[in-house]
Amino acid sequence: MRVNRLAVAAAAILTATLATACSGGSDEPSAPAASQSAAPAGPVKLTYWTWVPNMDKIVAVWNQAHPDIQVEVSKQAGGDDAAAKFLTAAKAGNPPDLVQAEYQMLPSFVAADAVADLTAETTQVKGEFSEGIWSLVTLGTDAVYAVPQDSGPMMLYYRKDLFEKYGIAVPKTWDEYAEAARTVHKKDPKVFLGTFSSKDPGWFAGLSQQAGAQWWSISGDAWKVAVNDEATKKVASYWGGLVKEGVIDGMPYFTPEWNKALNDGKLLTWPSAVWGPGVLSANAPKGKDKWAIAPLPQWNAGENYSGFWGGSSTAVAAKSPNKAAAARFATWLNTDPEALGLLIKEGAIYPASAKGAALMTGAPDYFSSQPDFWQQAASIGATARGFTFGPNVNVTYNAYKDAFDKAVAAKSDFAAAVQAMQDATIADMQKSGFTLAQ
Amino acid sequence: MTSRNKSARAHRAGTVPYLFLAPAMALFTLFMALPIGYTIYLSLRRTKVSGLGLGKGARKEIFAGLGNYAAAVGDGELWAGWLRVLAYGALVLVLMLGLALVFALMLDAAHVRLARLTRISIFLPYAVPGVAATLMWGFLYLPSLSPFGDHPFLSADLVTFSMANVAVWGGTGFNMLVLYTNLRAVPREYYEAARIDGASELGIALRIKIPILAPSIILTTVFSVIATVQVFTEPTTLRPLTNTISSTWSPLMKVYRDAFVTGDLYSAAATSMVIAAISLVLSFGFLRIVKNHAFGEG
Repeated sequence: MRVNRLAVAAAAILTATLATACSGGSDEPSAPAASQSAAPAGPVKLTYWTWVPNMDKIVAVWNQAHPDIQVEVSKQAGGDDAAAKFLTAAKAGNPPDLVQAEYQMLPSFVAADAVADLTAETTQVKGEFSEGIWSLVTLGTDAVYAVPQDSGPMMLYYRKDLFEKYGIAVPKTWDEYAEAARTVHKKDPKVFLGTFSSKDPGWFAGLSQQAGAQWWSISGDAWKVAVNDEATKKVASYWGGLVKEGVIDGMPYFTPEWNKALNDGKLLTWPSAVWGPGVLSANAPKGKDKWAIAPLPQWNAGENYSGFWGGSSTAVAAKSPNKAAAARFATWLNTDPEALGLLIKEGAIYPASAKGAALMTGAPDYFSSQPDFWQQAASIGATARGFTFGPNVNVTYNAYKDAFDKAVAAKSDFAAAVQAMQDATIADMQKSGFTLAQ
Repeated sequence: MTSRNKSARAHRAGTVPYLFLAPAMALFTLFMALPIGYTIYLSLRRTKVSGLGLGKGARKEIFAGLGNYAAAVGDGELWAGWLRVLAYGALVLVLMLGLALVFALMLDAAHVRLARLTRISIFLPYAVPGVAATLMWGFLYLPSLSPFGDHPFLSADLVTFSMANVAVWGGTGFNMLVLYTNLRAVPREYYEAARIDGASELGIALRIKIPILAPSIILTTVFSVIATVQVFTEPTTLRPLTNTISSTWSPLMKVYRDAFVTGDLYSAAATSMVIAAISLVLSFGFLRIVKNHAFGEG
């Protein structure tokens, strides 16, 4: 008898739970009614999620000049966690007005209907950005989903002094790079020319861009997914061969071991992006003034291509009640000369806007022996090929980590890992119902 | 006694217990039943995208039936994760509880010097948070930083042992303390009687102490089974340091990946229900097998 009563009570609780859960979950489509009221009474208050250091100082300048639009900065951790947090907040109906969005995450934001279309607000600033960067925020459509902020064109960081010591020249092609890797490792088995990181899909994506890969594209009303295209397989097989041969190390970037190897001069190169000086100065303080930059090695002699690793944009949440004001701030932040100057000085970023890149003078402290650092970076940046990112980059990137982790540990076929990325991406898109082109 | 009086008392006896239970029931509803109910609700839904999936209304949430459950149960990677956790769990359970028992018996034996200091030093690792402990061990495992030299602690063959080591190091002290406290509560006369009968310290440990400890051993085993089924901190913290731990190494890691890395909250909800069911079966199954010892029923 008593047991029965308890069971009934428990059942009642569960039903009540389900009922509230149902009513709580189904409020998706009735939100954007009260957007953009014509004349707000007080000053508009905007919240802005970003991880750019010292952004509050930059925003203070805007707030001073625009008493009617006050922006409040909320500092984020950055990376994948920040994207997941924004998507969750957007889903819960409580997103910030403005958000820093990495280029590869932007399509997931768009697919989740979490960011607003800024086409009307950005027609005037479109000319400030290069074609490649602009396509990162349009995803190849007619809409504009964010204002580009910084970009990460890739280049080769190398240890000048150790290159001399081991008697190798700066490699112009990837073949020369492989040859140099063999030479160095033969001369000192504890030293490697570089390492293949199975933890950094963005790095691999950049190298694939350089080779001409197009992982996603839109044809008509369908997505075309080609993570396993010839260019990508070429890049993968190249690195896989070197890892198997044992002349390139397989330890991931940004680990304590990697930091130590960089600092101790056990790693001679790092194919990285324009934001590399910050990482090097923090993790390899002993290498100050010993590193230099050069364009990435090329696949064919005489070519001149690079790719992008990282970079982010400023997006406006679809559910923001003050989209116009938010868009005004986003365009100011990323195109106004004063704001760009502050972004460079306070935020230590490499601006996506051409005007901003031209403002870069001097050289990073770590590279004080290379006074033309920014000029070189700018000319390399102009050669960067981007590509359109798809709506489920997170799935592809996760598959990269799992598949390449295994491939590096087993020194097995890297092309198979690329195929695993393609398969995971397609399977996820099919499951969700995306239209896929063959 | 009149009949009116009787019914009034019955009435009072009927409400008072519920009054006492109310706070517990409210908390249970708020923090257990509601979240579980919402998880079940989520596990029955999925997103449906149309066309390119870009722009307004391209993404809808729809009812999925048991599709997510079918996918979770049919996912080979999830079962591979269970196998890995099983191997890891067997190591941890045997080593951790075995050591805890040995230490508890040794500390309880007569004439042990520095018992208090030893007890605290064995218990101390339990006070170190899991993430911190795993990071510390991670640094010890990394070849170029390790004081143990160039050993493949994080290689595919050894990584399970290395992870189990972290859990054993952290958990032995707690389990030892549970067993030891139980031992201290045993009247000393038992042992004296045994000694008069000519039993050795080892004989006392084997024939008297361990049988007395049986319920506590079972309790710590159940706790440890539940903890190993939920292993998450150690592999997640070690993962960035090595390429031998996949994002779905343990079942809970797969839930985390689905929910927060690839953004499929619905699959994650279904998988977590499957995991909850399995850990219920494991812990209750174990209790059922040993119930005669556990509760002295016979």
